[in-house]
Amino acid sequence: MASADGGAYSYSLTVFSPSGKLVQIEHALAAVAQGTTSLGIKATNGIVIATEKKTSSILIDDSVIEKVATICPNIGIVYSGMGPDFRILVTKARKSAQAYWKIYGEYPPTRVLTQEIATVMQQATQSGGVRPYGVSLLVAGWDNHRGPSLYQVDPSGSFWAWKASAIGKNMINAKTFLEKRYNDDISLEDAIHTALLTLKEGFEGQMTEKTIEIGIVTVPTPAELEEGKIGGETGRPRPTFRKLSEEEVRDYLAL
Amino acid sequence: MSIMDHNGGSVIAMVGKDCVAIASDLRLGNQALGISSNFQRIFPVTDRIYLGLPGLATDVATLHERLRFRLNMYTIKEEREIEPETFAHLVSSTLYEHRFGPYFIEPVMAGMSKTPSGGLKPFIAATDLIGCLNFAKDFVVAGTASSKLYGVAEGLWEPDLEPEDLFETISQTLMNAVDRDAFSGWGGIVHVITKDKVITRTLKARMD
Repeated sequence: MASADGGAYSYSLTVFSPSGKLVQIEHALAAVAQGTTSLGIKATNGIVIATEKKTSSILIDDSVIEKVATICPNIGIVYSGMGPDFRILVTKARKSAQAYWKIYGEYPPTRVLTQEIATVMQQATQSGGVRPYGVSLLVAGWDNHRGPSLYQVDPSGSFWAWKASAIGKNMINAKTFLEKRYNDDISLEDAIHTALLTLKEGFEGQMTEKTIEIGIVTVPTPAELEEGKIGGETGRPRPTFRKLSEEEVRDYLAL
Repeated sequence: MSIMDHNGGSVIAMVGKDCVAIASDLRLGNQALGISSNFQRIFPVTDRIYLGLPGLATDVATLHERLRFRLNMYTIKEEREIEPETFAHLVSSTLYEHRFGPYFIEPVMAGMSKTPSGGLKPFIAATDLIGCLNFAKDFVVAGTASSKLYGVAEGLWEPDLEPEDLFETISQTLMNAVDRDAFSGWGGIVHVITKDKVITRTLKARMD
């Protein structure tokens, strides 16, 4: 039974192998490990999440590819693994954030939204007729209860809070690199540079604003919060998560 | 005769200086017949939020239980106590879920909410029976004596009242308004919520 492909247990999603493993989930994790590298770093005054955006052909129009997604004004996510699965999770997460807003008149704290996504991913490990999601996620957000927080969600539906983490191809090397570079009083600017430096370690080809995507969480000042509660002209809360434009990414790469 | 007035009862909330007050009468009736002079319709939600539920008594009990359920779920899931603004939205959405078969209740809430700089500031709000929120800066009223409460409160309330003065103002407003309403009265209860404590007092009133 101890064959390399997992043997008879590898086909049924919900059957434990004699050694206590759910083989399909391990395979999902393997799919993630083949995906492009993504990473997140929590700084004192914000969070950065970044990923590489590589295309298989120069003929592909990469301007419409989106790997860092805004879920609600205070939360953004990035993934490693299967793009289509990510898209489904983004849609579900956005709906969940809006449903929360409909009840409480505010957007969910990062932890609550992460839990919600993790529940969706867990359900795909125990339901009939489905396969686990082939993605790991990094969820970065700000809320006035816990401040900035960074979570990782895996295909099994388990999630952890990180100070810095990497997922996908080269994640072992990237994590080792981050462990060396990270300290508790790193600023957001430094964190962005560390993120780019870490990506550079395993990068094949040229790192440009076309092949890198970055999202940042900024921590609002008390004065901004006082103002933001009223919401200005639109009545919407001021976003604390945003994606960096190509110009901004180019500037960070130049430094 | 409206179902809203079947059991009688009124609630009022007022803002003071670094404090809020919420008060209600204690009457439970069946139309014009008085049943109880100790019917509590104001409930503590957290240490610094109180909720008043004037309206149909059966719905007072049901809605209170329903909100307690939703609030406990919130507190466990979010690992924190709810803020007054958030709670107001929760009340509103709970009521609006029953848009076409509503609870016959017009909730009034009072509490102290956290500011971004770490302080506490007064908060009051009221909704109609389908959850339309009214965030007022001065006072909110509801119940069978609401029209009278409006009048007296307009005359007596002033800004920046200290807790003791606020207690006097809200008590006089309540008592004088419910005396002009056959379906409210039979005693009263007042909660004054300050930064560090809640002062609860019962009021003696006319029993006719």
